[in-house]
Amino acid sequence: MKSFGAVAVILAVAAVVVASSSMYVLNESEQAVITRFGQPRGEPVTTPGLHFKAPFADRVNRFEKRWLDWRGDPNQIPTKDKKYIWVDTFARWRIVEPLRFFQRMRDERTAQSRLDDIIDGETRNAIAAYNLIEAVRASNRPFEDDESAARAEREELEQVTLGRDKLTRMILERASVVVREFGVELVDVQIRRINYVHEVEVKVFDRMISERRRIAERSRSEGMGRAAEIRGEKERELRRIRSEAYQKAQEITGKADAEASNIYAKAFGRDPEFYQYLRTLEQYPIAVDGTTSLFMDANSEFYRYLRSSAKQR
Amino acid sequence: MPWDPKIIQQDGDDPIADLRRLMDKYGKGGGRKLGVALAVLLGVAALATSYVQIEPDEVGVLLRLGKFTDTLGPGPHFRIPFGVDRVHKVPVQRQLKMEFGFRSSGGDAGPRGPTTYAAGGPDVQREAVMLTGDLNVAVVEWIVQYKVKDPYDFLFKIKNVDETLRVLAEAVMRIVVGDHSVNEVLTTGRQSVATESKILLQALADRFETGVDIQQVVLQDVNPPDPVKPSFNEVNQAIQEKERAINEAHAELNKAIPRAKGEAEEALRNAEGYAIERVNRANGEADRFAKVYEEYRKAPDVTRRRMYLETMATVLNRAGSKVVIDDVAKGMTPLLRIDGVRDEVVGPASQEGKR
Repeated sequence: MKSFGAVAVILAVAAVVVASSSMYVLNESEQAVITRFGQPRGEPVTTPGLHFKAPFADRVNRFEKRWLDWRGDPNQIPTKDKKYIWVDTFARWRIVEPLRFFQRMRDERTAQSRLDDIIDGETRNAIAAYNLIEAVRASNRPFEDDESAARAEREELEQVTLGRDKLTRMILERASVVVREFGVELVDVQIRRINYVHEVEVKVFDRMISERRRIAERSRSEGMGRAAEIRGEKERELRRIRSEAYQKAQEITGKADAEASNIYAKAFGRDPEFYQYLRTLEQYPIAVDGTTSLFMDANSEFYRYLRSSAKQR
Repeated sequence: MPWDPKIIQQDGDDPIADLRRLMDKYGKGGGRKLGVALAVLLGVAALATSYVQIEPDEVGVLLRLGKFTDTLGPGPHFRIPFGVDRVHKVPVQRQLKMEFGFRSSGGDAGPRGPTTYAAGGPDVQREAVMLTGDLNVAVVEWIVQYKVKDPYDFLFKIKNVDETLRVLAEAVMRIVVGDHSVNEVLTTGRQSVATESKILLQALADRFETGVDIQQVVLQDVNPPDPVKPSFNEVNQAIQEKERAINEAHAELNKAIPRAKGEAEEALRNAEGYAIERVNRANGEADRFAKVYEEYRKAPDVTRRRMYLETMATVLNRAGSKVVIDDVAKGMTPLLRIDGVRDEVVGPASQEGKR
């Protein structure tokens, strides 16, 4: 009895071991290549679920079915216009032909390093073939402000013939052809970061500073100009107001003078000689004051009467 | 395991290995006792690996033998034990957040309190440095808020969702900022940068089959690089100065013009006053003349003489010194000391005058 029990247990264990070796579960995110003693067998398995294989002899080589990401090392590249930049790219790829991938790449890590070579190379080619602006800008969208770069410079900046999108697509197209060899599909190459190399950055900062200075100076001088304009306007207004007032005052005064003149003429015209006489008499006392010394001829009218009256007496 | 352990919990180990371990332990002993113990153990293990609880903000993705079969809503669930069914929990309701260029601490974890912001290491800072469309450099800090909208895609379409999303967000922000000038990014274009990058990021996230719904892209601090900052401040200062100069000029203008207007009015009123006065006086004088003339005409000679004499009387009364020169004294006139003329009496006529 005892030995029967032992045999039963051994059989059970053996059954379990065989069963577990002849079954395998594929995840939603997995695909597999089955090899029998190292030789690939049949089509790769891509559907998730429970699958069977020959126990012990068959091996399940699992591969990712999901999109995989690739990230390049930051690369120092000179652009066509000789600006040194760090370019940091990333890509999305997946294993479409697991068998071929298995044969050529063996595993993901190898694939990543092969992708490094290929995409980095193509990135370098593409970046170096164009001006920096092509990698930075996406379109010819005009900037809404007119503050920064000078107009001419600005126009040059706006001449984007390619743009980042087409540039990355170019990298993608070239790289994906090569990569197909490995059973790999490459669908996206994107530029993650572009940064200036330190020495260039320092220069760019200097340029930015001088540009800001220029803007600041312009702003100040605009302010001063506008202020001067306003002051001029003020001066003009003042002169206008004052001269208009003067003009009107003169008009009024002149009119009054004329009217007075007319009145006088009308009144005095009746006997100008008498008027002169009267005026003279009026002015005379005004012309004389306490400091005046008066020399009088005794023959003058004033004294004549005195004298004549004295004689009569 | 490729999953991010923070988001997805995968439970249940390999059941066959479990079984083997049990058998190794109890296989040699044999007997009934062992059988019962084994059965009880199996039962407990089955129960433990079949119960699963989905939290309110999660959804459970059920894999049966590796194959996607169902999604489980919040609540308790039972599944086939021993790893036949596996459940991945995905927090679909939770709003997830990524920070770029800075890291807030205490925001997610712990009770609600003020979030403190740290500048982060050099790598974090590098996330924020980017080129603008006019080939300048801006430091842009931003956050991306997102939700998982498709747990299946989120789990099974792409490896390293989080990392991919981060990289995508960085790329997208640079694409958008690369199409704006540094001024736009710093000032007027902030909103459009945020909106455009949200749209673009959503498009790329969909293309990459991340199963993620981008809720919001929010720009935080956007600054010029540190070495350039002072000169940007200088520009702001210059703008202030400009406005001040203009305001001052306006103030001057506003001060001077009303006053000048008042003064002009004053001059006008003066002129008007003068005019009235002048005409009135003229009329008055004319009237007076007319009256005098009227009388004069009645007896011209007498009146003339009377007037003359009256006037002379006034004149003589006023003058400080008087010298009456008779014919006799005429010869002496050149001898007079003009400056001392006052009160000197010369000649016989003066005696008459003095009288």
